Amino acid sequence: MADRKIRVLVAKPGLDGHDRGAKVVARALRDAGMEVIYTGIRQTPHMIGEAALQEDVDVVGLSILSGAHLELFPAVIEACRDRGVAPENTLFFCGGIIPEDDIPALSDLGFRAVFGPGASTNDIVEFVREHVKAPA
Amino acid sequence: MSESLHEWLSGAYRAAVERNPERRDAFRRSSGDPLQPLYADLNGRTDTLGFPGEFPFTRGIQPTMYRGRLWTMRQYAGQGDAETSNERYRFLLDQGQTGLSVAFDLPTQIGYDSDHLMATGEVGKVGVAIDSIEDMRTLFREIPLDKVTTSMTINSTASILLALYIAVGEEQGVERSQLGGTVQNDILKEYVARGTYIYPPGPSIRLITDIFDFCAREVPRWNTISVSGYHMREAGCTAAQEVGFTLAHAIGYIEAALAAGQEFDRIGQQVSFFFACHSNFLEEVAKFRAARRLWARITRDRFHSNNPRAQTLRFHTQTGGATLTAQQPDNNVIRTTLQALAAVFGGTQSLHTNSLDEALGLPSQHAVEVALRTQQIVAFESGAADVVDPLGGSFYVEELTDAIEAEAAQYIDKIDALGGAVTAIEASYQQREITDAAYKLQMEYEKEAEAAKGTAQPGAVGRVKVGVNRFITNEESDAEIVRVDPAVGARQSERLERFRAARDGDAAQAAVDRIQQAAAGTENLMPFIIEAVKAQVTLGEIADSLRTVWGEQREAVVV
Repeated sequence: MADRKIRVLVAKPGLDGHDRGAKVVARALRDAGMEVIYTGIRQTPHMIGEAALQEDVDVVGLSILSGAHLELFPAVIEACRDRGVAPENTLFFCGGIIPEDDIPALSDLGFRAVFGPGASTNDIVEFVREHVKAPA
Repeated sequence: MSESLHEWLSGAYRAAVERNPERRDAFRRSSGDPLQPLYADLNGRTDTLGFPGEFPFTRGIQPTMYRGRLWTMRQYAGQGDAETSNERYRFLLDQGQTGLSVAFDLPTQIGYDSDHLMATGEVGKVGVAIDSIEDMRTLFREIPLDKVTTSMTINSTASILLALYIAVGEEQGVERSQLGGTVQNDILKEYVARGTYIYPPGPSIRLITDIFDFCAREVPRWNTISVSGYHMREAGCTAAQEVGFTLAHAIGYIEAALAAGQEFDRIGQQVSFFFACHSNFLEEVAKFRAARRLWARITRDRFHSNNPRAQTLRFHTQTGGATLTAQQPDNNVIRTTLQALAAVFGGTQSLHTNSLDEALGLPSQHAVEVALRTQQIVAFESGAADVVDPLGGSFYVEELTDAIEAEAAQYIDKIDALGGAVTAIEASYQQREITDAAYKLQMEYEKEAEAAKGTAQPGAVGRVKVGVNRFITNEESDAEIVRVDPAVGARQSERLERFRAARDGDAAQAAVDRIQQAAAGTENLMPFIIEAVKAQVTLGEIADSLRTVWGEQREAVVV
């Protein structure tokens, strides 16, 4: 584990093009020494599931600002799970414009943290380091 | 030779007032003393500043500016279906808003009907869902299109929405020559920052220059494009980059139109712009003045224009969404007020003020009302609108204006050297610059957050964001969260099914075939698209017909 860099997939599901946050987080994780794969915008759940599988990631971070998280995130988790990438073996977190009231539903889905506007990348890096799962 | 203030007052200014009287007979101080329309020290700065309404338009595009007519108060709105959005528009007009600004949902912006798989979860979310002429008719029910002007934030599907607007106008008995409004129609910044592109740059730009040519002939009061710095600024670029990239993109469109045989003075009059206004008050004021002067010089020196209407940079402003905080959201009213005031001192033609709760979700009706009232207080109580370019002549503002103009011109030179706006985008130049600037800014905020744990004074080390990295309070959020009715997607799909079943399928197919033939050739596409929306072809079907001919653009990912 010591030699292997933490591998993170940062993905943007849905049609929303607001990628500033996703890119800043991707770069901060990379600067912190992790291997980061950023998918770009307009990813379907299927595409994210495939990328998570192919890239053999330890962590999946989703960003969405269109308000479609309650519709799209369950589909992403399902697509990942179908490919053996599940919250039981992979760390999932998300961020964007996500109302506090929605956080319990996202926790139930398997997201371990939800980062909103004003979140610090230091906190995100720390969170990932602390919660990343040991390889099976 | 320099014109004196006296000559200007008795010449151009008096003529303007005779043409269009000012809002009041006199604008006065609290003592009752009347104000001059313009204050000027003509000590050598005349040639770079000019007078309001005169080249290079540093001090504004009209001689009387807001003394004659206030900026248009235009709040961006739209959500759910056409019916819900129509109600919101009529509420805003009742509250004293003076123009409409339509927010479309992402499927409409990217050319998917509401029942498309890619539209899952997105229908009606960030704006209104428009699939067909039926929806467009509902959207403008009881809103007379000869009385209001409408700005539509729509880019890759701008031709389709403009066609729908023209068709609904005709149903209301309004000739297309009487329609006033704007389509954003700026695809280059979509590739750079906003993301709602469909086709590759070549055919996308052809759709845009087709709109230029069509509107010059048939819809003369329409702004055919709103070349936008807003989204690049929101994505993280600096004020000077915002001006430089925006004007470089405008040059790209104009050069494409010239290559298609169009003339600048004919199409240039219908080109408009759109900028953000962030919180560094005086830098933002200077930015708008610099942009206006730089564009005037570009139109003269590069496009050989001497038509004042085509030389003037007319622009819409929106306050900075990315400057808003989810923490202590009431503070956002103050940020927005500062930004609105800077836009007015900068000479904006129209303004959207953000709502205080936009970092939390969709704005509540109360927050929207406060945002509109903010503009009204600036307009009617602050005195900012009583004198033309009140900050002109400040040593600091003029130096900043010069500096931003020079820095923006360097970005344009750089993009020219890369081969122009499209080539620079294909090389990810603008994207990289923006991503780098955004990251740098984020690190400044985080440095401040670290510093806040020690003894450093606020702002001594990094950059302060009140309520986020300094002056933090532990608060319970009691914000009312607005949600789009989750049933809107299903309702919209049922509506589409009925709509498609009721139409003349052969006529719709024939209209699609004609679009595809025209798309493969060089004819102007606008008449074919208008014919198609009238033949009840849906937005997604038109976009798909063009996808088949032109293919789709893929993102070159830059981190």
